[in-house]
Amino acid sequence: MQRYILRRLLTLIPTLFGISIVVFLVMRLIPGDTISAMIGTQFQLTEAQAAALRAYFGLDKSLPEQYWIWLTAALQGDFGYSVRSGQPVLREILSRFPLTVELALFATLIGVGIGIPVGVLSATRRGSPVDIGARSFALLGMAAPSFFVGTIFIYVLSVYVGILPNAGKYVSLWEDPLKNLQQMFFPALTLGIAFAASVMRTTRSAMLEQIHSDYVRTARSKGLSEPVIVRSHLLRNALIPIITLVGFEAGYLFGGAVIVEDVFALPGLGRLLLSAISQRDYALVQGTVIFIAFNFVLVNLFADIAYTFANPRIRYE
Amino acid sequence: MNQKWQKHGFIRLLRNWSGLLGLFLVTVYVTVAIFAETLALFPPNEQHPTDRLQPPGPVYRLGADEFGRDLLSRLIFGARNSLKVALTSVAAATLAGVTIGLLAAYIGGLSDNVIMRVIDLLFAFPAILLALFIAAVLGPGERNTIIAIAVVYLPIFARVGRAAALDVKDREFVDAARSLGAGHLRLIGRHILPNATAPIIVQVTLALSWAILTEASLSFLGLGVIPPAPSWGSMLSESRVLMELAPWTVIMPGLAIMFAILGFNLLGDGLRDVLDPKLQ
Repeated sequence: MQRYILRRLLTLIPTLFGISIVVFLVMRLIPGDTISAMIGTQFQLTEAQAAALRAYFGLDKSLPEQYWIWLTAALQGDFGYSVRSGQPVLREILSRFPLTVELALFATLIGVGIGIPVGVLSATRRGSPVDIGARSFALLGMAAPSFFVGTIFIYVLSVYVGILPNAGKYVSLWEDPLKNLQQMFFPALTLGIAFAASVMRTTRSAMLEQIHSDYVRTARSKGLSEPVIVRSHLLRNALIPIITLVGFEAGYLFGGAVIVEDVFALPGLGRLLLSAISQRDYALVQGTVIFIAFNFVLVNLFADIAYTFANPRIRYE
Repeated sequence: MNQKWQKHGFIRLLRNWSGLLGLFLVTVYVTVAIFAETLALFPPNEQHPTDRLQPPGPVYRLGADEFGRDLLSRLIFGARNSLKVALTSVAAATLAGVTIGLLAAYIGGLSDNVIMRVIDLLFAFPAILLALFIAAVLGPGERNTIIAIAVVYLPIFARVGRAAALDVKDREFVDAARSLGAGHLRLIGRHILPNATAPIIVQVTLALSWAILTEASLSFLGLGVIPPAPSWGSMLSESRVLMELAPWTVIMPGLAIMFAILGFNLLGDGLRDVLDPKLQ
């Protein structure tokens, strides 16, 4: 197992390299002059000034050279400076990251907390009104775009309850945990609903696959109670596909957070990316995309490792 | 073999209630998109300043927006935009992806390895993030939205094409065709590709659902279709500030997106049950 984990960690290196190459190349697709894209079009540059800046940023060198310079800097944590705030890109990212992580974890908690129990209920009472209700919820939950769900939440809360979930300044978890959780609940629920829907579907079908198997019949015939069978026999085995899905989807929450943070005006990584895009702050866009992709890969790796723990039938040598 | 599943598959799809509902929703969506001019009561961008934010009623069936534009007409033309982007991007992704996948598997060896590692790299990004990134770099607009969606979905089709080709590449009927003198193109086109049709059809349906969602999301964030062209995502986004005054301007586009996605999801599930029991 240790060797497997070590090997998986080693495969991270080429993947991360690849990500950096993809991002680097896509950034070169920016139409027009890179210099004016980098410093903004409001400056009228003479040809000499533009050439000097090009030399300064290394844009007169060949692509592989540019990549090498950029990569060696990035490996030392230097992703350049945001042209709008003048701050180092990495510092900006790290200051916004905790919120996005909290949102993703909170949403995962909601997704798993709703998805697994409802999926189990739905599978054990197949065909009942509970099952039909749960399946309809899953279908709608997967079809409803998060920006629509979030907007509806805001509408209902402000019109019928009289609170604006995004009014007032955002407070971090450390400053005021209770207020923070209040602010984060609906954004997390918005992300969590779609998540719960797919967890529920996977749980249900994984349970149904097992429900007629021999070991369940054996358990039943030796007189075990139904809850025990469900908990320690069925769910144990159904957990394997669920873990794969949760790991995979938890990574997607980083992407989904972009939209939800925008809807609820939360100052997280996604919102940083969107404002960097609208301000054409390319160093920041590049840094944020790489950062999110790295985390996505890491989460998927953890999911893979968790999968091997949950499934003793698989032994990686 | 193709003829047979086409006939029986269709009947079985009709017996599968969720597939049937999906087929119905998709048919409505496509019909509305095609006959937009006939169905819409107003041109989508025609403003009636005196009728701003009219609630749903006899003239404006689903209400009017902040410029007094008929919401229903804009939704109808929005369906056309959404379908156009989704179909073009998925067609491009399917064509390019399946070709790459088939070729990689057919050639095999080092090229296969290199091609598939490059394809794998695109999986290292959350899909919506990659689409957002590409759309942001290229700038807003319909063409760029199509490119962004196609690039993100290409690797999935490459895997589908490759898997199908690997599955049959070394089977006797392919050897037989080869020994009868079939060229590479004929082998791939006539013998290997047909084996991939079922998974490709299922994947195309699901890809369309995702493409509709992504187009709406990008337009919602201001990175998709440029206003005033009616796009469901940007209609919803622009109306958010008016939600308390005119909730219908937000709810209607939201429901339109939801039912379009639901339709393709249901149809995709139904098709998968019917065409490819292995994939369940």
